[in-house]
Amino acid sequence: MPVDPELVGRPFPRTEPYLVGREKVREFARAVFASDPSHTDPAAARALGYPDVVAPPTFAMVVQDLTLQQLLAAPDTGIVLERLIHAEQRFRYTRPIVAGDELTAQLSITGLRPFGKGAMVTSEAEITDAAGAHVVTATSVLLVGGEDA
Amino acid sequence: MSALETETGAVVAERTVHLTREALVRYAGASGDFNPIHYRDDVAARVGLPGVLAHGMLTMGLAVETLVPWLGDAGRIAEYGVRFTRPVVVDAADGADVHVVATVVAASDGFAQIDLTVTQGDTTVLGKARVRVRTD
Repeated sequence: MPVDPELVGRPFPRTEPYLVGREKVREFARAVFASDPSHTDPAAARALGYPDVVAPPTFAMVVQDLTLQQLLAAPDTGIVLERLIHAEQRFRYTRPIVAGDELTAQLSITGLRPFGKGAMVTSEAEITDAAGAHVVTATSVLLVGGEDA
Repeated sequence: MSALETETGAVVAERTVHLTREALVRYAGASGDFNPIHYRDDVAARVGLPGVLAHGMLTMGLAVETLVPWLGDAGRIAEYGVRFTRPVVVDAADGADVHVVATVVAASDGFAQIDLTVTQGDTTVLGKARVRVRTD
């Protein structure tokens, strides 16, 4: 099945709230070889004006992933995990994610164009905090292989 | 906070990170990305890969973290984007070394653009790896 040409503009619900835990931030920081103390030491983060430890910049992917799971679970998109290649990734930040944040993400497909036998899909997640304020927009460009790819 | 010194052409941060299979499993757990191509040789071979690969998001994540201590505040980062151009193959015994160099390429109006050169040996693994940072 080819990628649904009507995917741009298809409505998706906001994701359920994701509560950012201090130990999760520390675990993620260690996994990306982060050395800055603001990621692990609450006092260092507070000295910078943050309420708790600061997540590494790419932690936003953990929240965006909830939207990619939505996309993969949606019916009749023509997108299947086995034929997916992550080609590009971008983040645009209003502020860093910090422990204690309760984040939701709004998925939208903002770009779709043919690419070889498949398609190039731009999937955007607008991530906001419990007050509804923008935190980060995460954008993935996905190459979806054709049937013979 | 004091303004950053951003002289165009200056290398502001650099490091080599040694990736092992343990590092890939650790990132899988921390990120929730349990795609077996990142820890199983048999699966990687079956889908035609040259070996077990590091998660692209691990490479992207460790690359920008090279820069954060110099920034002094991750909140200075306004934008960060990469292209995943070549996979990082992580040998079961020898692992893989990923080298990161952060260079200021432009600065104006309170922002600087910093390019990250991310290589494994002679191979560039991330393309157009760019960070836009607030310098004030």
